[in-house]
Amino acid sequence: MNILDYMKDHFLFLDGGMGTLLQEAGLQPGELPERWNVTHPEEIIRIQKSYYDAGSNVVLSNTFGANGLKFDDAELEELVTAAVKNAREAAARSSGTQEKFVALDIGPLGRLLKPYGDYEFEDAVAMYSKTIRFGVSAGVDLIFIETMNDSYDTKAALLAAKENSDLPVFVSNAYGSDGKLMTGASPAAMVAMLEGMHADAIGANCSLGPDQLIGVVEEYLEYASVPVLLKPNAGLPRSENGKTVYDVYPAEFSESVGRLLEKGVRIAGGCCGTTPDYISAVVEKAKSITPVPVVPKNRSLVSSYTHAVEFGGSPILIGERINPTGKKRFQQALRENDIDYILGEALKQQDAGVQLLDVNVGLPEIDEPAFLLRAVKELQAVTDLPLQLDTTDPVAMEAGLRAYNGKAMVNSVNGKEEVMNAIFPLVAKYGGFVVALTLDEGGIPDTAEERVAIAEKIIRRASEFGIDKKDLIFDPLAMTISADTRAALATMQAVQKIRFGLGVNTSLGISNVSFGIPNRNIITSTFFALCLQDGLSAAIMNPYSQEMMNVYHAFRALHNMDENCMSYIEYAQNLPAPTAAPAAGPAGGGTGTGGASGANGASGAGAADGASGGPASELQAAIVRGLKEKTGTLTKAMLSEKKPLEIIQSEVIPALNIVGADFEKKKVYLPQLLMAAEAAKSAFEEVKIAMAAAPEENGGGSARCAFVIATVHGDIHDIGKNIVKLILENYGFAVSDLGKDVPEQTVVDEVVRLHAPIVGLSALMTTTVPAMEETIKLLREQAPWAKVCVGGAVLTQEYADAIGADKYCRDAMETVRFAEEIDESLKG
Amino acid sequence: MPSEKELDHLHRIVEALEASDRLGTKTIPQYLDYEAPPVNETEWLRYSCIPVYSQEEAKKDPVLSTSMAKALSLVSDVLSFRVGFLVVPLSWDEEGYPVFPFDQKSENLRRNLEGCEKTVLFAATIGSGIDRLIRRYEKADPRLGLLLQGLGAERVESLCDCFNAEVEKAAAGMRSAASDQVDPATRRRYSPGYGDLPIEVQREFLPLLDAERRLGITLSDSCLMAPSKSVTAIIGIDKEA
Repeated sequence: MNILDYMKDHFLFLDGGMGTLLQEAGLQPGELPERWNVTHPEEIIRIQKSYYDAGSNVVLSNTFGANGLKFDDAELEELVTAAVKNAREAAARSSGTQEKFVALDIGPLGRLLKPYGDYEFEDAVAMYSKTIRFGVSAGVDLIFIETMNDSYDTKAALLAAKENSDLPVFVSNAYGSDGKLMTGASPAAMVAMLEGMHADAIGANCSLGPDQLIGVVEEYLEYASVPVLLKPNAGLPRSENGKTVYDVYPAEFSESVGRLLEKGVRIAGGCCGTTPDYISAVVEKAKSITPVPVVPKNRSLVSSYTHAVEFGGSPILIGERINPTGKKRFQQALRENDIDYILGEALKQQDAGVQLLDVNVGLPEIDEPAFLLRAVKELQAVTDLPLQLDTTDPVAMEAGLRAYNGKAMVNSVNGKEEVMNAIFPLVAKYGGFVVALTLDEGGIPDTAEERVAIAEKIIRRASEFGIDKKDLIFDPLAMTISADTRAALATMQAVQKIRFGLGVNTSLGISNVSFGIPNRNIITSTFFALCLQDGLSAAIMNPYSQEMMNVYHAFRALHNMDENCMSYIEYAQNLPAPTAAPAAGPAGGGTGTGGASGANGASGAGAADGASGGPASELQAAIVRGLKEKTGTLTKAMLSEKKPLEIIQSEVIPALNIVGADFEKKKVYLPQLLMAAEAAKSAFEEVKIAMAAAPEENGGGSARCAFVIATVHGDIHDIGKNIVKLILENYGFAVSDLGKDVPEQTVVDEVVRLHAPIVGLSALMTTTVPAMEETIKLLREQAPWAKVCVGGAVLTQEYADAIGADKYCRDAMETVRFAEEIDESLKG
Repeated sequence: MPSEKELDHLHRIVEALEASDRLGTKTIPQYLDYEAPPVNETEWLRYSCIPVYSQEEAKKDPVLSTSMAKALSLVSDVLSFRVGFLVVPLSWDEEGYPVFPFDQKSENLRRNLEGCEKTVLFAATIGSGIDRLIRRYEKADPRLGLLLQGLGAERVESLCDCFNAEVEKAAAGMRSAASDQVDPATRRRYSPGYGDLPIEVQREFLPLLDAERRLGITLSDSCLMAPSKSVTAIIGIDKEA
């Protein structure tokens, strides 16, 4: 019988712990248990038979640690094949009359994936694929991925299972006592991702006893539409006479597991510390319990690597600012590969209160699949907000969805066959919550009824790909009222019909409604309020618009979505005081965000008191004191009188020099230097915006030469390098940051590409200094013009000399001075 | 007056030390959870690149104190304090180096452990939440990123100090009643990667503590630990103890 058919009407019983039983059978510490499949098959068969005898339906093959990191291909194949054969033999020998299945057991690789670790996601997929292919050809009934404590690693394993077999896949994660995975994912986030990728059963195992996992299990049961599994430890371990013993015994264990079976768990077994006695107790207990039917939960979820966001309750705000359309500064950032600008937009929107980020990096002249892939990886390293991937290129969409750590929002499909055929298979494979535009080959219909008809067609087509309507969200398209004053009405009617008639979520790009009319915010925000009233579930919007945020917070308060109006009150109390009308001149005091009251910060702690000069202007003082917002405002004002580059030369650099000199004299320290650097950055931002608006006038380009910077191969610590980069940028250097753990040849290639005169290399550990030496060697061969400076915790002048560097830089300012020297010599 | 938790820890450390007398190398690792130790502000700022002698002055800057408060509130519910340890009885090879379940010929370690009869190997971590925060803020607000980096370093070192103090108390308490020893019963903790003890021993050190499964610590190709705010070290226990 197929296991999925069997599960429809029965509880499914798993096996219990393996490790303790193997140790009792003589497995030595440090010995790899998987080798026993070949060296001690009888012991393995005996243990596995005892589980079948106890009533287990499913026994896991002894392959928890069988992966390509521990064994070469030939041995891996031998061990996996033998393991499956042993489990089959155990099933054959057992006198138990229950249905019996053999699962291929897949445990974690034991390597943390990037960005927190150093292992590539795709390498992990490849590693898991190996074991899975061997297991599948040895003939298992299902694949059981277990004890995963990282969501990204879990995705790699599940993807490998799906790409290498059609067998049922069960996925089980190991939660900590805080109810989260080690890397932060909540149960709801895992449900969203794993169901999206069509895991057949999901749940929790290991780390804790059954009672400590109640909260985790309840969260699974609340959200999951597939069967939930539970394979807990026999309580918590302690040691007695040099042996690990667990504090929950079979009777108590089966009572606890029984209570969770009553709540809806359908698949149960045991993990560390459990034995056949535990399993037979659970089987016995379950005889008096009727399985709770598994029903669809219809919860519309997207997730990041930490949490899920649900649609259909409180409205969801999706930040629209990561999008080059109509934004010269953003286009420039894309062309210059300036990922930090994009990350900055992401974090600013997060601070402004959005729950999701739309990510659109499409420009005709850039390689969109490559850039979207990079943007997804970099974004999920700095923000825990779920992403909405926004592209019309299916190749880019697949690259992004594959690398995404969670269940992404997909923007978008529409009623055109060609588009559905390209995008729905990707969603079926990687999971996703899909924005569907109500247009098709015939264009955008004028009436609400016709748009609803397209929506119905899309729902039908999606279901043919196995995508439920809970994973669709319709955008019935907001059109400007300046072209047709009936446009907004049609949209609002469509929202209402789709949400309440079809029972599907809706989303809109709100601001389109006011295109081409003055004071757009008035129309846009009012339209937003009306749509929310008509049942709009989400909006792609500009979170920097106070009018939009006002509507959002007020709507939630008025619709009983905001307990005691707490979030409204917090929002309202932190609103900036109304700014004076433009005619009244610069806004007076009281609008700053702290510390900005004095006009000329001569009294501030950071103000220079050296003879050679304190800040010569208000702008310089603002930079010296690290006042970010004030610096931006002052720069903006100054741009009406001075040329952008002149401001850099006569204001920003002198101010930085004041702080830099104080830093060198040890009058100020790194945190203050960074504050000033951040403030200067906001001046640069204004300057860049001005230059992007009129490149021909300003000649473009950086004031100073190119500087390639990288943390060397094998080293993943980069805070020092990031600080140096920030300060160098402040001084006008065109810094190309290659990141961390950068292969030697990659550094060389970039230096050659830019013909960069300076390279900065950073290493934190003695073990990675050889990589630094190797990089320098290659640079000397292939880019002999480049000067190399090195820095990092382990380096000294002697070390730097020994590996052939041109300069050892103790800190960021020393690097700036060295770079200035080189830059001067090039000019002179 | 020691807390209930500390008493439990002491009890378990003493038990593990005694077990090693009976069972030699056949003991298994133990795991301890801690409450957040009090923050050592001087160390925190020192790890954040503000030297001790200038901290008074630096703290007058209201912007710094605001950032410090923000850093503290950000970490308040993301850290977990865990230690795994294993007692290993010492033997010495013919050249006079201590023998461990991993390969090393470290002169520094030999000197550090001279006169000891057992050691405590341990790994301490404050979890991966701090790495996520540092990631986020080193881009959004580099100064806050630096303070978080410093705070993470201080947190894990303070955790090590807590554990170290408990080991000292446990070992000192086990000296015979007749002993009038007043010297510490333990040696300064010594970590892989210090001096001539190669960082590569981490590859064998961490599995001894089942660190991946029990503490969530994994190792990169170049032997860096993730979560980054994790520490491994060896504490020598004096013969008298």
